[in-house]
Amino acid sequence: MSGFGHWLLSDRPLSRRQAALGRAYTGWLGFARNRLAMLGLALVLLLALVAVLAPWIAPYPPTVGELSQRLQAPSAAHWFGTDDQGRDILSRLMHGSSITLTVVALVAVLAAPIGLLVGTAAGYAGGWVDAVLMRITDIFLAFPRLILALAFVAALGPGIENAVIAIAITSWPPYARIARAETLSIRQADYINAVKLLGAGPARIVLRHVMPMCVPSVIVRVTLDMAGIILTAAGLGFLGLGAQPPMPEWGAMIAAGRAYVLDQWWVAAAPGAAIFIVSLAFNLLGDGLRDALDPKAAK
Amino acid sequence: MVRSVPSWRWGAAAGRSFGRFTLVIAFTYLGLLAVTFFIGRVIPVDPVLAIVGDRAPEHVVQRVREELGLNLPLYEQFGRYVGQALRGDFGTSVLTSNPVWEDVKQTFPATLELATCGILIGAGFGVPLGVWAAVRRGGFVDHAVRVMGLVGYSVPIFWLGLMALVLFYAKLGWVAGPGRIDVAFEFSVQRVSGLMLVDTALYAKDTGDWAAFRSALSHLVLPASLLGYFSLAYISRMTRSFMLNELAQEYIVAARAKGLSETRIIWRHALRNAMVPLVTVISLSYAGLLEGSVLTETVFAWPGLGLYITNSLQNADMNAVLGGTLVVGTVFIALNLLSDLLYRVLDPRTRDTRTGNAR
Amino acid sequence: MPELNLTRRALAWAAAAVASASLGISALPLHAATPKDTLVLAMAFDDLISLDPAQAFEISAGEMLGNSYDRLLRSDVKDPSRLLPDLALKWAVSADGKTYSFELRPGVKFASGNALTAEDVVFSLQRAVLLDKTPAFILTQFGLNKANVASRIKQTGPLSLTLETDKAYAPTLVFNCLTATVASVVDKKLVMSKEQAGDMGAAWLKTNYAGSGPLKVREWRANQLVALERNDQYWGQKSLPARVIYRHVKESATQRLLLEKGDVDIARNLTPQDLQALATNKNVAITGTPNGTVYYFSLNQKNPILAKPEVREAFKWLVDYDAIGATLIKNVGVIHQNFLPLGLLGAATDKPYKLDVAKAKALLAQAGHPNGFKVTVDMRNVQPVQGITEAIQQTLKRAGIEMEILPGDGKQTLTKYRARSHDIYIGSWGADYWDPHTNADTFARNADNGDNAATKPLAWRNAWNIPELTKKSDAAALERDATKRARLYQEIQAEFRKTSPFVMLYQQTEVAAYRSNLSGLKIGATSDLTYLFSVAKR
Repeated sequence: MSGFGHWLLSDRPLSRRQAALGRAYTGWLGFARNRLAMLGLALVLLLALVAVLAPWIAPYPPTVGELSQRLQAPSAAHWFGTDDQGRDILSRLMHGSSITLTVVALVAVLAAPIGLLVGTAAGYAGGWVDAVLMRITDIFLAFPRLILALAFVAALGPGIENAVIAIAITSWPPYARIARAETLSIRQADYINAVKLLGAGPARIVLRHVMPMCVPSVIVRVTLDMAGIILTAAGLGFLGLGAQPPMPEWGAMIAAGRAYVLDQWWVAAAPGAAIFIVSLAFNLLGDGLRDALDPKAAK
Repeated sequence: MVRSVPSWRWGAAAGRSFGRFTLVIAFTYLGLLAVTFFIGRVIPVDPVLAIVGDRAPEHVVQRVREELGLNLPLYEQFGRYVGQALRGDFGTSVLTSNPVWEDVKQTFPATLELATCGILIGAGFGVPLGVWAAVRRGGFVDHAVRVMGLVGYSVPIFWLGLMALVLFYAKLGWVAGPGRIDVAFEFSVQRVSGLMLVDTALYAKDTGDWAAFRSALSHLVLPASLLGYFSLAYISRMTRSFMLNELAQEYIVAARAKGLSETRIIWRHALRNAMVPLVTVISLSYAGLLEGSVLTETVFAWPGLGLYITNSLQNADMNAVLGGTLVVGTVFIALNLLSDLLYRVLDPRTRDTRTGNAR
Repeated sequence: MPELNLTRRALAWAAAAVASASLGISALPLHAATPKDTLVLAMAFDDLISLDPAQAFEISAGEMLGNSYDRLLRSDVKDPSRLLPDLALKWAVSADGKTYSFELRPGVKFASGNALTAEDVVFSLQRAVLLDKTPAFILTQFGLNKANVASRIKQTGPLSLTLETDKAYAPTLVFNCLTATVASVVDKKLVMSKEQAGDMGAAWLKTNYAGSGPLKVREWRANQLVALERNDQYWGQKSLPARVIYRHVKESATQRLLLEKGDVDIARNLTPQDLQALATNKNVAITGTPNGTVYYFSLNQKNPILAKPEVREAFKWLVDYDAIGATLIKNVGVIHQNFLPLGLLGAATDKPYKLDVAKAKALLAQAGHPNGFKVTVDMRNVQPVQGITEAIQQTLKRAGIEMEILPGDGKQTLTKYRARSHDIYIGSWGADYWDPHTNADTFARNADNGDNAATKPLAWRNAWNIPELTKKSDAAALERDATKRARLYQEIQAEFRKTSPFVMLYQQTEVAAYRSNLSGLKIGATSDLTYLFSVAKR
């Protein structure tokens, strides 16, 4: 092991930073030992690579097609067949990976922190704050997503960027509910009381002690949701708040493939499989992260 | 230390908190209605269009606009709506020409039936599967549950629904097709509750003919299983996650050291503690199913709430949308309150330790 | 391991429960066939909002009311330009062309048992004008209004009546309008007994029935089903099916599965792919009729680039009509480049345009846009509209025109279109009655191009200012000689093809797939000509 490695793993860290870095390194080692998590990471990196290199490695342009070539079954010339406009599906998948991944990442990054914050604050504070926050959560949960989508189209115009905002606004409540439930279980724990005795204020307690405990389950939920976000964006596309044709966004491809499900199954199956692989990759990654972040789960 | 509280003060406190409770609930409904209403008036669909159609001459359009009160200022329209709603009049749906309340009475039970059967399947199978995956972590079952769950989550629901129909209905003929009941029974079964299983069972009790009940069940199996599969995917994963949290705790080690059997440890201790967040998960899943899935209802020709709200929204039939939203809102509020109650019951830690009573 | 036994047992119990339930269900004798005396259709009828003939205008209503209400005259299913007597046995036009007289068939009864006399006919027509709902324009366009309708439509005997128009219109125009749904005859006694607050029974008739046709409306469960029943009081040949049930099914794939299994007899909304797949199924037959709906896309003349005549023409050369005709609309439409659907008097069959990118480019250069320009299109997210739009997007690109697609739901895009806030709109228009004036009225007439016009035909929606063409269309409506009239419409269409901002795409073929044990099913050219009471089931 190199000198740097020794330094990181030292039993007696000489500074806070060394300790923190050392923890991170241990976590990484633990993560790396988890083969499935590494598989997940590898898949995610592969996807990112495909997204970046698509313009060079895709065999056909994604938005050009001949009607005479439409709905062709997978073959040597078109590995995943052609869609209803005669466009090569594999090329569209490749070009669409960057759009799709961006949408998913943005929604996750926007919605999860909001949900965590609201949930832990409500669970910890209790009383009025809890009641009001939970009822606001109820309002967002019950609110029909479609109406927000239509309103966005009216106000901001069509397009997938606005879809991200609309989906994020309606996605945070489940995270809040889960975080609150976990917070309720641990707010009376000894270590919380200990930190309180040390004089920590509620904000510090929530941010630095309660929230990290809720992060693992939220991560699991977020990775599960990734596929759902893509499919939701596809659903909103019908109202104009989604990928505009001929953009090769995967959700839009699935939605378009719906009319051909019975006979030309490949039109919907290809993007569906791609979504599944992305889901799997993020899920494996998420589980690995969860295990790495949770010191108690490490065995 | 538990302070003793005089009973009259307890009663007053209960009264105050009930008052606070209704205030907050009323506030929620009002908030939900207000947001939906005002956004509804902003959406780029002309509500008059659905009523008069594309061919109407301009003077008919203007006349109907007046009749609907669309030329009044927004807050006045909202005030009118709330005033009528408080009297039980939720307006008339433009599309169905029925009072919205009647429409909701027709469509919500359909969704309720489907969602309830779905969650029974989802939780009934999902929780044990999740426990199994957590206990056998890293094993074959764990991976199988994970993949099955992910498939359930990434597959578009319309695709799975159509595939299921093709296989189980068209090719194998094991179940009946789309719709709630065979056409032959449509007019003979009396609509009492709106839940087809209940209504056909009542009919069978009266006439001794169980064919209608079998038909309703046969129509219900496939869409309920579909929804059940989706909620199972989610519930099993979350159960696994919560169980893993619990199984890593020290009290599990202590219980094992005490010599308790593994079965008892898993089911009576670990799962019991995992139930608190799990109850949230299940109720969220149930509430999601109750919201109605437009795609499932479209594929299975199931006349439920999801189709009703979506269709109304696309035609800017705001009375119907508001009515449907109120129902969905009530469902969420009720389920959230129920799960809050269940927390108190299941996990003493969630109770307020100051008075030692459930808050 | 003991702890897993519990899990395994729990799962096993659950599995057993589901399995026995399914076994119990599969023990059900699954005779998929529908009852012998009932005709079951799978159709998406969520456009249905009223069963009152004075209010209904949607396609589904047209069909259901066409099967259940009588009118003075009907079109011949086999040749819609021919008129057949329905309730009126004899009809005549006065010499000055402004007074129409009718003699009714005796002995007709409503489904309620009340006798049908000229009083009911007069009441029905007056009611439509007085209620003044959407379809009333079909009658009021002849100068009828609330003030004069009582004197213009008069009963002249127990079984005779007259109708006066303000001008001497082409008689076929007037007669064709009287075959429309709005001219259906309703039961005066029954309707007036249900009147509330002077609404002439409108609130009641919206969801009820008061007619005399071969089928009567038994029940309408919104977005679920409509049930029609044989009317035993009908004066003519009794309906062959005792019951006709429309099941609301939105998804085409679902309709197809239901039809293949025999759970429905007829499926009405199948896509070209589904139709093609069913072509090889021995148990299913397919029938289609070109109907009065034409698809087009139009250029908003408020956009200065699109207002240039060369640009308008360039667009017409940038559509691959042949490819679209052979693929996207196969079985459901035929390429048609005129605004009058085939079958109407004076319909033109000319097809001067084809895909010619070079020519289009030259025209664009002439207009001062050699490198193309950017434009948007409002598109409904339904097929085949979406497929066609994407195909056109590609061909436009070849000439340098970047067309951005703004998808939306049907009502969304329509709202924008009616507000004239679009660049390009792709849509369709269906004939209201089987006379050329119905389409000329909207494509080739624009009486007032201002923002607050009293009528907003399609020409208005695209801000196409055409005072000359409007006069010509008006004249054609008043031309009483059929041959001359046909020629006038040919001229109007010729000018329209050259200068209009409309790129006509295709005429719809209305298709139905049905089980092969049915006979006598013919889809009508208009929705009210699809007669289900003459369909036999073996």
